[in-house]
Formats: sequence, C-alpha cells, structure tokens
Amino acid sequence: MTDTYRPDTEDHLVDLIAWANSERKPLAVHGAKTKHRLGRPMSGRTGLDLTAFAGVSLYEPEELVLAAGPATPLAEIEALLRENRQQLAFDPPDLSGLLGAPNSGTIGGVIACNLSGSRRIKDGAARDHFLGFDAVSGRAQKVKSGGRVMKNVTGYDLSKVLCGSYGTLAAMTAMTVKVLPAPEKTRTVLVFGLDPSQAVAALASGLNGPFEVSGAAWIPQSIADRSDTDHIRQAGGSVTALRIEGFGPSVEYRCAKLRDLLSPLGETEELHSHNSANFWKSIRDVEPFRSDDRVVWKISVAPTDAPTILSALSHLKAVEAYLDWAGGLIWLAVDAPRQGAHEPVRDAVNTVGGHATLIRAGDTLRNTISVFHPQPAPLAAITKRLKDSFDPNGVLNPGRMSEGV
Amino acid sequence: MKMPIPDAGVIDRRLAIAEALRGIVPADNVIVDEDARRAYETDALTAYRTMPLVVVLPETVEQVAAVLKYCHANGIKVVPRGAGTSLSGGALPLADGVLLAMAKFNRVLDVDYPNRCARVQPGVTNLAITKAVEGDGFYYAPDPSSQIACTIGGNVAENSGGVHCLKYGLTTNNVLGVELVTIDGEIVRLGGKHLDSEAYDLLGLIVGSEGLLGVVTEVTVRLLPKPETARALLIGFPSSEAGGDCVAKTIAAGIIPGGMEMMDKPAIIAAEDFVHADYPMDCEALLIVELDGPEAEVDHLIDRVGDIAKACGATSMRQSSSDEERALFWAGRKAAFPAVGRLSPDYLCMDGTIPRNRLPEVLTRMTEMSNRYGLRVANVFHAGDGNLHPLIMYDANNPGELERAENFGADILKLCVEVGGVLTGEHGVGVEKRDLMPEMFTEEDLKQQQRVKCVFDPDALLNPGKVFPQLHRCAELGRMHIHKGQIPFPDLPRF
Ligand SMILES: Cc1cc2nc3c(=O)[nH]c(=O)nc-3n(C[C@H](O)[C@H](O)[C@H](O)COP(=O)(O)OP(=O)(O)OC[C@H]3O[C@@H](n4cnc5c(N)ncnc54)[C@H](O)[C@@H]3O)c2cc1C
Repeated sequence: MTDTYRPDTEDHLVDLIAWANSERKPLAVHGAKTKHRLGRPMSGRTGLDLTAFAGVSLYEPEELVLAAGPATPLAEIEALLRENRQQLAFDPPDLSGLLGAPNSGTIGGVIACNLSGSRRIKDGAARDHFLGFDAVSGRAQKVKSGGRVMKNVTGYDLSKVLCGSYGTLAAMTAMTVKVLPAPEKTRTVLVFGLDPSQAVAALASGLNGPFEVSGAAWIPQSIADRSDTDHIRQAGGSVTALRIEGFGPSVEYRCAKLRDLLSPLGETEELHSHNSANFWKSIRDVEPFRSDDRVVWKISVAPTDAPTILSALSHLKAVEAYLDWAGGLIWLAVDAPRQGAHEPVRDAVNTVGGHATLIRAGDTLRNTISVFHPQPAPLAAITKRLKDSFDPNGVLNPGRMSEGV
Repeated sequence: MKMPIPDAGVIDRRLAIAEALRGIVPADNVIVDEDARRAYETDALTAYRTMPLVVVLPETVEQVAAVLKYCHANGIKVVPRGAGTSLSGGALPLADGVLLAMAKFNRVLDVDYPNRCARVQPGVTNLAITKAVEGDGFYYAPDPSSQIACTIGGNVAENSGGVHCLKYGLTTNNVLGVELVTIDGEIVRLGGKHLDSEAYDLLGLIVGSEGLLGVVTEVTVRLLPKPETARALLIGFPSSEAGGDCVAKTIAAGIIPGGMEMMDKPAIIAAEDFVHADYPMDCEALLIVELDGPEAEVDHLIDRVGDIAKACGATSMRQSSSDEERALFWAGRKAAFPAVGRLSPDYLCMDGTIPRNRLPEVLTRMTEMSNRYGLRVANVFHAGDGNLHPLIMYDANNPGELERAENFGADILKLCVEVGGVLTGEHGVGVEKRDLMPEMFTEEDLKQQQRVKCVFDPDALLNPGKVFPQLHRCAELGRMHIHKGQIPFPDLPRF
C-alpha cells in the first residue's frame, strides 16, 4: 500500500520532507498528476501531494507579472490572463491528450518540466518566463530565488535550475512568472508540397526576414490528411506553416510580404484566426499522435539538422514525424513497444548534436531505457552533484530523470 | 569592504608560479612586471584596486584547462576577466590570485544564419558580434551601454542587459550554449545550436554566475534579423509619476516597445551638457520610447503611444524623423554615465530593480536620502522593466565621502528590496553588493547557493570574495541535521 501526504502549509512540508530524510523514504512529488507519465516511473512510492499550494496571489497586468501557487490549474491562469488580453507567451502545451491525463495540469507542472509550445522560437521557453520561486529543498529547508521583477541578477539563477528539474530538487510552494500581451490577430501562411529539406529552408527564410514569425512547423502528408482544418486536410501533400501574430495592420502587412517571399516555392494559402488557433494547438499539443499507442520521442536539434534525422530514421516501423520550431523540435512516433527504437534515435541525434527525450511509452520501457538523453560523464557527474546539493538523501523523486537523479 | 586575507605563502611564490604558467602559455602571455600588472588592478568599480599576483593570457581552451588544472592542484585562486567593465567589482583581482584574462579569445568562429546563431570566443566584444553580422541584416539583441568595450564572456558571467531587453530579453535569453572549463580542468559543453536543455539547465545556471563556477571559453549566441524599421519618441513629463504612468498605460495597451528609458532632471541636464541632444529642459522626467518592427506596425503604434503620452500630461514630444535623429535621442541616454562623470570627480552607479509602480515613492525617498547624505544623485531608469540606475556623485579626495556614498547606495538598494525589488538588475553582486545579500536572502538561501558553488568548485578557488558575504566550507554545507524517528504528524492530511 502506498500513502500520500498532502501538507497544507510550508511548515508541514518541511516536517514531511525532514521525516522522509530520517526514514530514507523516497517521495513521489506531484501536483495534479497529469505529467506522472513523463520521466521515469515513480509508482509504488509514498506520495507528496502539493495541491494545497494553489491559487493566484498576485496579478499586475501592467507590470507583466503573475504569482501563484504551483498547483494552480493552468486553465485557471490562462482564463484570467485572457480576460486581460494577456498570455503565457511560451505557449505551454497541453499534453493531456497524448499522455492520457484528464486536463492540462498545473502551472507548477509546466515549469517543473520546462514545457514550451510553438512560440518558443520567438518568445522563449518556459524557463525564460519563470521569474522566481519559494520551495522546500530535499534537505527540508526553505529556499527561494529570483523575485517578482523582470530583471534580476542577484545570486545564482536557481529558477533556471528548478525549471525542468521534474521535482527532483525541491518542492515548490509559490512561483512568479512573466506574462505578456496576447496578440490582437493571428494568421498562418501555408506552403504545400515541400519535402523536409525544402521546408526547413523555407521556414528559415521566413524567420530570417523581418516578419516576426511566431510559429514555424512542417507536417507530412500523412498527418495533413488527418487534420481537422479543411485547407490542410485537402492539401494533398505536406504542409509547411508559418504563424504571424500581433496588431491588425502589422499582421496584414507581414503576411502579404511573407506570402510574396514564399510563393515561388509552391502553392500558398492563408489560415485566419480560428483555423490558425486550431492548427497551432494541434502542433503544440502533439495531437497527430494522440489517438494511437506508438512510442513518442521529442527530439531537440539545430533546425537544419532535422532533415538528416528524419531520413536517418525513415526506415523505422510505422514511423511518422513532424517538425516545430523551424525544425529544431521533431515529434516522432514509432511502433517499437519493446525497445522504443532508442538506439537508432539516439545514434541519429548523436551524429549531429542535440538530445532526444522519450515522451510517451509504457512504464516498463521508461524503466528500461534512458528517458532523458544520456550525458557525457563529466556532465552526468555535475548533474548528480547538483541533485545531491539540494537533496542529498534522494527523497524527492529520486530516479525520475536518471539513475540517482 | 573586506576581502579574504591574501595567502602570503602564495604571494611569495609569485615568480615560481609565473614560471610554471610560462610552461603552459606563450611566455609573453604571462605578466609579472609591476607596471604591466597595474593595468589590471581594477574594473569599472574603480573605488577598489588590488594588484593581481600574476596575469595570464591563454590563447586556447587547452591552455585555459591547463592553467586551471595547475592552479587547482596548487591551491591557487583564479579570477577570470573579460574587458574589466564590471560595475560591481566582479573582475577585481586578488593579491594572491592569478588573473585569467580572456582578451586573446577574440574571434568570431562561425556564423550560422540558417540556424540564426553564431559561435564566438568569450573575449569578442558585444558590439563586435553585431558588427560581424549586421551587413547581412542580423544583430545580437542585448546591448549594454558598455557594448563597445565589454566582452560576451563578461556578459554571460553577469547576465547583462541593455536598453532593448524588455522586448528581447537579457543575455540569458539570448545564449544557446557555452563551452566551459571547470576548475579541475575539465572541458564541458552546455547547450549548443539546439534550443532546449537536456536534464538540468546548467547553461541557465552558468549565465549570471559571475565567474564563480567555471571559465567560459566559447559562447553560442542567438542572432535576430534586424527589424525593418525603428522610430523613437522623446517625451517630456512634468513629473516622474506622469512618466511612469505613461509607461504603465503603454504596456497595459499591449504594446511592448523595443526600448523605454527614463531620465530624471539631473540626468537630463548632465546628458544635454555632454552630448547636446537637444533634450527638452522644461520637464522633470524625460522618456525615450523606441518602437521597432515592420513599417506598418511602427506607424500604427507610434501614434497610439503618442496619444497615451498626451493623456498622461506630456509637456513636449518629438518623433525621430531619421535614424540619425533617433541615434541622437539615444546618445544622451547612452552617455549618461560619463555625462554624470563630468559633473563630479567620482560616481557610484547603482542597479536595483523595483516593481515599476513603486517608482514615485522610491524617487521621493531617494531625494530625502540625497539631502540627508549631502550627496547629489542623478537617475537613469530602464523604465519598462523597473531597473533603476541611480548615479551617486562624490569626491574620493574628501575624507569619508566614499563611505558616505556607499552607505547612501546601500540605503537605496535596501529600499529597492523593501518595495518588492532586488539588489541588482544587471550589473551583478560582485564585491559591491556582496554584504547586502542578506537583505534579500535568508542564511539558508545563501547556503543553498553556496552548495551549488561547491558542485563546481569545492575548494572555492574561482573568484572567491565575490557574491557571498560569508564563505562556508563545502563539507560543512553538505552536512544535514535531521532528527531521527519523527513520525508524520497526525494533523497532516493523508489519504
Ligand atoms: C559605462 C558602462 C556602462 C555599462 N552599461 C551596462 C548596461 O547597460 N547593462 C549591463 O548589464 N551592464 C552594463 N555595464 C556593466 C558591464 O559592462 C557588464 O557587466 C559587462 O558584461 C562586463 O563585461 P566585461 O567583459 O567587462 O567583464 P569583466 O568586467 O572583465 O568581468 C565581469 C565578470 O565576468 C567574469 N568573467 C569575465 N569573462 C569571463 C569568462 N570568460 N568566463 C567566466 N567568467 C568571466 C569576471 O570574473 C567578472 O566576475 C556597464 C559598464 C560601464 C563601465
């Protein structure tokens, strides 16, 4: 039987983590549990439920800052921001469809996993919008870093370290994030029928011009054929997409110029606000792989290396892949329940540099192969020492990221 | 300001150490001669000076690794240095420490437009990056006012900002990767041309670590396409409240200008006397708002900002009609530090950040302090993100005046923390703000930061005496005192 504890004050949390230290009891740290299938499995552990640390405590739109408990539902924060025509500009993905979770989870979960959507290429990642936190470390000590202001270099930037640490260093109890104005208008320029190399070149030419492209994706025909959006489903080929957002007159102007630039490459089309929103949501949330059970990888490489990776992996069984971040992010699904095709995937990535993270797979597979890209020995040693500096007895999510971390 | 007591034994070995270093780098790149060392005795926090033990200028990453390995093996401290423009004493030498000057790492290694990035050596100046790519329509966004001189390695160490960082971010948001040499001589690469970090974001930790965690030997920076156009408004306000109101309303309207800078009356006068930018003299606060982007957008927004400014009581407003005129608007602001420098033999540049809406209150209290300390202060302000640069004028030749200026500065920074802000927005803690760290952090907060330091540098050989007011031994920091046998508390919800 596994217990779950739900401390409701920071002091209780300190007591609980101290107890876990004295008993050498590893805890599975969670908020809404929508991301418990990311990382290595933590099942069978005593639970540390942080859902008591919820609620928006400060929101000053004209100061571009919001403070909340990490267990505040993302949906609640997004609704509040929408009322004020603002947004989390890093575009947090909702992976619930992919991972079989009931909802998009909490702000703490998104930050702890450093999850960013398509707008990452323009406005930065979750880590770039995470300003500060209060937490209790694995040493059962209250620690904080950062603050509520945009610009702050006082001491080490521990917010960066906590962002993407999957609850392995400290249990957060409060956090501040930067928020930004939401765009007035969105359009998407589509180019049909490009192969991955042509697409990556087209996306680069869009990003390298003065168009302020905020989304740059490519999907193969097989995915386009399943799209809910008419223009995309009827394309009859691959679709390359570039998103333009901002003030009305500016969007019209940039869209027209971008279409002029891209039209020599193939047939072009334009999606307006509603269709744009649907399309980019499907890209961000990995909807193309939602309704099957293939293993799903997230591959991060230099954008121009994407075509090499795709061709190196094209022989895999039932493989399908699409590109976001102008090629810098590859979402890849493959039918390989036993080995996850981890060797070919990681070999391909290692030849160009970058990393591959296993995002969707059963518990057994996530226990057998490295979920995160294995690090060179000196870096793995630093990673382990960093873990130990916060959590020497390994009580917070030990092993969630790699053996002992 | 107390620095760790220099180790006389190490100082006695100066010549032997220099000799050993000559075995690692070309002989000319080791400086022992006293006059030549003097060029390195301070950074831009000129109130503090220390002659370094020896200066060494490595040329390759292997040489950096060998120097560090040697110093590590022999228990010798190391202070990394870029251009020495730090305003917080980050590059202040140690009498018993090797000054590792990165000036020879001055090459742009690779410009990669399809991936919108460049790999550069750390001694390349900030401006040189933009110069290398601007012919092709690109630039590197963070632009500290010291950009002609400061190096990208120094920018990484300090997480430097600039006037465009509200819209385009600080150094940390514009760096994709670094090559780093740790004190034991290990060469590691963090990040690269890809976007997200694997495992813990060590790159994010290194940026802003003030030379305490490792020596950066290569930086991959993000390049951006130059905006189609940029135009600026120069707006005078009868009070800083009115100016601050205009900033808040602009942002509330969903507009994030490329730059938004404010100056108070003393700063306006100093800048105008120095660069003759034709600043209005009949206002209490001057706001420069720069809008950049596509023509159509700038046309659309500049009128909206103009309307907001009028509604906030602007007393004068000019719009730049050419890039030359826009540059002139900026010239005064960018030269504000030297301009104030002309008014006074010495000045201290402070760097707190506050929640923007507390500005009027902070300025009022700063004026009271100025009267109390009998020292003048001029303010320039990164208005968009709440980063204040009060410039405190003093004369070091008057006994006690430096100390008075420092106390005044400390009071300003304490006030910043009191209103919800922080000690430093972009200049770093260094030695200058080191002893104020407890104003913002608990002892445990600081201990955890030092534990992170121990991860990289367990013997505290890299840039010691900076950032942390008190140095603890790593062994002591690592210990945990947990009472055995406590059982979970009956009142804790459990299910
Ligand atoms: C007139 C003036 C205006 C300024 N304006 C701004 C501004 O607008 N915004 C802003 O943010 N700052 C500003 N600064 C501060 C300063 O220029 C920045 O902090 C700059 O980044 C320092 O760079 P540097 O090369 O001079 O580094 P240095 O001063 O030599 O060193 C700074 C720190 O970096 C470390 N370091 C240097 N190189 C390396 C390396 N390769 N590896 C590891 N550590 C290293 C040093 O140990 C030290 O701790 C200004 C300074 C002056 C004098």
